[in-house]
Amino acid sequence: MAAAAVPPSLAVVVLVVVPAVNLVVSTLDAGALSGVLGDQRVWEVVWFSLWQAVVSTAVTVVVGVWPAMVVARHRFRGRAAFIGGLTAVFVLPTVVLAAGVQVVLPGEWARGASAVIVAHVVFNLAVVVRTVAAAPVPVGLEEAARTLGASRMQVARRVTLPLVAPALWSAAAVVFLFSFTSFGVVRVLGDLSSSTIEVEVWRRAIRLGDVSGAAVLSVLQVVVLAAVLVVTSRMQRSRGLRGRSVLSPVPGPWSLAPVVVVAALVSAPLVALVWGSFRSGGGFSLSGWRAFGSDEIRPGLRLGLDPLGALSASLVSAVVATVLAVVLGGLAVAVISVTGRSGAWLDAGLALPLGVSAVTVGLGLLITFDSGVFDWRASWWMVPLGHAVVAAPFVVRPAVAAVRSVPVDLRAAAATLGASPVRAWWVTVGAALRRPLAEGAGLAAAVSLGEFGATSLLSRSGSETLPVVIERMLARTGGSFRAQGHALAVVLAAATMLIVVLIDRWRDDRVGR
Amino acid sequence: MLTVDSVSVSLGGERVLDAVSLSVAAGEVVAVFGPSGSGKSTLLRAVAGLVDVDSGRVLVDGVDVTAVPTHRRSVGMVFQDEQLFPHRDVAGNVSFGLEMAGVERGERDSRVSEVLSAVGLDGFGGRDVSTLSGGEAKRVALARSLAPRPTVLLADEPLTGLDADLHDRLAVEVRSVLRASGTTTLWVTHDRAEAELVADRSVSLLDLGARA
Repeated sequence: MAAAAVPPSLAVVVLVVVPAVNLVVSTLDAGALSGVLGDQRVWEVVWFSLWQAVVSTAVTVVVGVWPAMVVARHRFRGRAAFIGGLTAVFVLPTVVLAAGVQVVLPGEWARGASAVIVAHVVFNLAVVVRTVAAAPVPVGLEEAARTLGASRMQVARRVTLPLVAPALWSAAAVVFLFSFTSFGVVRVLGDLSSSTIEVEVWRRAIRLGDVSGAAVLSVLQVVVLAAVLVVTSRMQRSRGLRGRSVLSPVPGPWSLAPVVVVAALVSAPLVALVWGSFRSGGGFSLSGWRAFGSDEIRPGLRLGLDPLGALSASLVSAVVATVLAVVLGGLAVAVISVTGRSGAWLDAGLALPLGVSAVTVGLGLLITFDSGVFDWRASWWMVPLGHAVVAAPFVVRPAVAAVRSVPVDLRAAAATLGASPVRAWWVTVGAALRRPLAEGAGLAAAVSLGEFGATSLLSRSGSETLPVVIERMLARTGGSFRAQGHALAVVLAAATMLIVVLIDRWRDDRVGR
Repeated sequence: MLTVDSVSVSLGGERVLDAVSLSVAAGEVVAVFGPSGSGKSTLLRAVAGLVDVDSGRVLVDGVDVTAVPTHRRSVGMVFQDEQLFPHRDVAGNVSFGLEMAGVERGERDSRVSEVLSAVGLDGFGGRDVSTLSGGEAKRVALARSLAPRPTVLLADEPLTGLDADLHDRLAVEVRSVLRASGTTTLWVTHDRAEAELVADRSVSLLDLGARA
């Protein structure tokens, strides 16, 4: 096992620890520090990041709690499809969903703070619905309260809400994290007065070439995030409710209203995207799809973007990132399963990219691999490498949970039946690992296909991935670019949704057996 | 006084209670016993209004409450698994029904200590419910149901899950608590001996028209 520990440990050191140290070191430049902290625009950006994240979170929780309670209590036709659909939207590439929201919203709302918030709500409803529906609903306690004279309103306020609150708070913390560090959505839908810290990091590092200033901002972002998560972690403590709720039939068709409303809300941007791909010059047109792979504005005049090249770059990135994430993540989990406590730092190291942000991951890698020691900045595999770091938590977290659920005595039992240590490990922990790793591989591929934050810092001109090309096309004026961008977005959306639906079906099959 | 008049209940398309009739006089403790799965809990849930009846009537003090929602029936219930609120301490649990009835704070506090004392839990008010022993939790559940002085108390296997010694001691105690408070009680249990120990009168559910 000692040999197996080397690659993941090395990867965590080179891809997480060293970049993190480099980021912090870059901020120690007094000039950069005062330059950033003294810039009034920075504080406007910090303020916008904060308030839009708070509003996005509040709206998501308030809208999501109703369908969540229906899903948590009742069985109905389409329940699995509803949850699966929300999840598919959640893993949709940020630029794709933002493009859809832009089509749905009327003119003056299609850009700016309101558009950003709408996109965040649509994205994150899955978090609220899944988190709340997974927590047990205290049906017995609600009945007890009713026999003590509580009306339905009083039951909701005095019993259900306080008991579901920890789940709501943990959902809120996750939604806040995603909204606060939002990048792709803000790049597509934000304007000058609505920019997040994340976008500002990118702008400084890439547009202004001020890497130290960007580092200061990303560290500032991590500090704010950590503070918020520490404060809300108290609220997330569960009240000791146990078990699973038993699903009852729906009392009446009207009680499905929240599910129908939210389903409509979430699917609108997707429908709009397809619609948008068929519109050009104010009418129905196939030009977006005809131009699908074209890199010319008109014969002889180049667009400066290569859609087919981007498509293949995206596919290559997805494959390489998935292999890297699964191999390194799988080895890490194997090591964690054997070493227990001393493997905890690997676990934490691989979870870290989830807590910081994709742009921060990209910036850390950029700083680290642009130096004399590792001058790999121009290598094609920087993008898949960044994707692998961003995707690693999605592989490692579920796999570690699966490993922890294997009783220690099971391995002992295998050993007493004559299995060698390696074989005992393989038939117990190894068996528990296969499915989460395969699911993690699917998620890693979906994450890589849509990855935009780290990519924006790591991709070089000429090797852009699909999300980068889509964002550039949407930023151009002209209906035909827009239609072509929408057509590309539809293809990217279809690819990621297909992956997620396949994972979901597979998981349901397993539960059914 | 409680009257169950020819009540039928179906669950998931299957008839569980078929024209069950029963009455409990004011202040009387009646135990209904029957094997598990015979519909004992369903009978109590129908009286409490937690399940809908197909036909028949439920009368509390002569008033037809069949269409009245649970919280206005003045029917208290002790659940088999207690169902104590984990986000409230012992006193908070016991005072819940009083809060719902709009009882003022001072009066609430004195009633809470009165019932806690009646079930032998003086000074337990500030305890976290997760720290209670099995027997203590049962006592709190009983105190909570008695606190708002329900017209009828329904007890759903309230002593199940205790060891034999504690079970018998608690059965005797509960009997005297119910006597002292003069609460009209419908008690269901699978244990015929318990039924006879606690109640003034005990009947078999199978004789009353439950599914065989």
